[in-house]
Amino acid sequence: MEAFTTHTGRAVPLRRSNVDTDQIIPAHWLKKVTRDGFEDGLFEAWRKDENFVLNRPERKGATVLVAGPDFGTGSSREHAVWALQNYGFKAVVSSRFADIFRGNSLKNGLLTVVLDQQVIDALWELTEADPAAEITVDLEARQVRAEGITADFELDENARWRLLNGLDDISLTLQNEADIATYEAARPTFKPRTINA
Amino acid sequence: MGRTLAEKVWDDHVVRRAEGEPDLLFIDLHLLHEVTSPQAFDGLRQAGRRVRRLDLTIATEDHNTPTLDIDKPIADPVSRAQLETLRKNCAEFGVRLHPLGDVEQGVVHVVGPQLGLTQPGTTVVCGDSHTSTHGAFGALAFGIGTSQVEHVLATQTLPMARPKTMAITIDGELPDGVTAKDLILAIIARIGTGGGQGYILEYRGSAIEKLSMEARMTICNMSIEAGARAGMIAPDQTTFDYLKGRDHAPQGEDWDAAVAYWKTLRTDDDAVFDAEVVIDAAELAPFVTWGTNPGQGAPLSANVPDPASYEDASERNAAEKALEYMGLTAGQPLREINVDTVFVGSCTNGRIEDLRNAAAVLEGRKVADGVRMLVVPGSVRVALQAVDEGLDKVFTAAGAEWRHAGCSMCLGMNPDQLAPGERSASTSNRNFEGRQGKGGRTHLVSPQVAAATAVLGHLASPADLSDARTPAGV
Repeated sequence: MEAFTTHTGRAVPLRRSNVDTDQIIPAHWLKKVTRDGFEDGLFEAWRKDENFVLNRPERKGATVLVAGPDFGTGSSREHAVWALQNYGFKAVVSSRFADIFRGNSLKNGLLTVVLDQQVIDALWELTEADPAAEITVDLEARQVRAEGITADFELDENARWRLLNGLDDISLTLQNEADIATYEAARPTFKPRTINA
Repeated sequence: MGRTLAEKVWDDHVVRRAEGEPDLLFIDLHLLHEVTSPQAFDGLRQAGRRVRRLDLTIATEDHNTPTLDIDKPIADPVSRAQLETLRKNCAEFGVRLHPLGDVEQGVVHVVGPQLGLTQPGTTVVCGDSHTSTHGAFGALAFGIGTSQVEHVLATQTLPMARPKTMAITIDGELPDGVTAKDLILAIIARIGTGGGQGYILEYRGSAIEKLSMEARMTICNMSIEAGARAGMIAPDQTTFDYLKGRDHAPQGEDWDAAVAYWKTLRTDDDAVFDAEVVIDAAELAPFVTWGTNPGQGAPLSANVPDPASYEDASERNAAEKALEYMGLTAGQPLREINVDTVFVGSCTNGRIEDLRNAAAVLEGRKVADGVRMLVVPGSVRVALQAVDEGLDKVFTAAGAEWRHAGCSMCLGMNPDQLAPGERSASTSNRNFEGRQGKGGRTHLVSPQVAAATAVLGHLASPADLSDARTPAGV
């Protein structure tokens, strides 16, 4: 995973709540067997409308998505995270994320930041009025900054450490091989097995 | 202090606990399907890793599989390539696979329980959000992303922060015609699509205890639609009776030891939940959705709500957008909404009881002119059982299409889709924009409401049907 320390970029204000992962990347894109090439599927249905915010020329190259509450609900498809990243987003800020989407994002180095809805409202107003306005998402200082806006955010220390260092979860877990083996040896015999080992 | 059911199962699976780290949880059962696994197997291959516990891993094909002409090559080359990728990966890594055409194939959340692999007190994961289904057995079951699929394949564990717990207590008797689907839709409408976020829900109370395993699965299945990490129901005699004798249920002394353990899996009387919701079963009615998220639902007897009636700006905005997408007008009676398609199936309502319930309504009746009804059993086993009981004949005699098992129109990854502007009554779990096909409009309903709607051509419950049945023999 690529490390995330701090990022500054222009924003896409997305004034919608309950943006589910079917909207982020529709199911027919899920037939692909790679982690890349999903950028054209991002918000596919809405992008057919030329006035959709992502289609506006002034939003080209924006890297921070300012989303409404309950972003990423529904399907567990990690493709939603890949699509946002493939398109060029580095961070998403919202007042509330769905759990699975949030977990997926942090495992891929897409920083998802929870801020009060009042801050989101302020970021919407700022970036709608001035598409060139930049937002800084600073993971080291756990702070989001934009013109006239400074907001601290929380992220659990372990997740932050993994992101800052771009650490791979599997390698970290395998350092605990002995604990896993000990647990396995003590499992009851009545636990289900799919095949005879 | 006592512990909740969720805390007991969680504690029994902690491999490692350290200050400042998420708990490392052991995973008892890992279910795989073709859509969320290819990139995970690629990751293993690139790192030179193997599947750690093949005996705790099983795969099937469901999301992409066609429900017609399954003996012919799959027409869509991209779907075919994805299924072939799963087959190649399972062969290379040694994973047990039930492919299209196999008698154990089906929707992954129908297959696990019917094989007896889903058991009380186990941890179950799958790269699919509806893994919450398995919580009906008192298992801790949650959907995961592809990175976590790879993590479980490689280590049989997951690092997880412990969620909070929420009790949802439903006491009393469900009125006639009110099903588990109506109950869960009412719960989601009450707590919202984000209401369960960060929580493991435990459904409890006398109304839950009276439900069959299949009804319990319908409820736990949709926990994710309330944003919850998982949903659980304490195992009881109903659970044990369902499991006894199934292929992978414990046998002999193991059965006795298992039941003794399973009986300990109840929330202690002095345990404290982080949140509690109480619902009176007697107040519930058949429930349908009118909007584009599963929390936008109302009793069938209600009208389409007026967005202006919402105080919260974001809810008002969401309701306005939903009505526009759904082509509905505020104040319109829900019963007057006409549908083009009725879909019975999915991991929510594709089990044998669901098919029986739909068939009981359809028997001696006809699907309305101009309405297409698809019945898609959740698994091949469910299909065989339905044929054995003659349910397929009831469906086809009524004019419905009897299809092969799979996810089908729940998400339209196969050819079973809504056309733009087409409207469905669907027993599935998501009414998101475009979920069942681009521009398609979905109303979530129970199997009984689906069948009654098919007969009348508009949203309806069996109670609306009193004189539409053709006398036997006619």
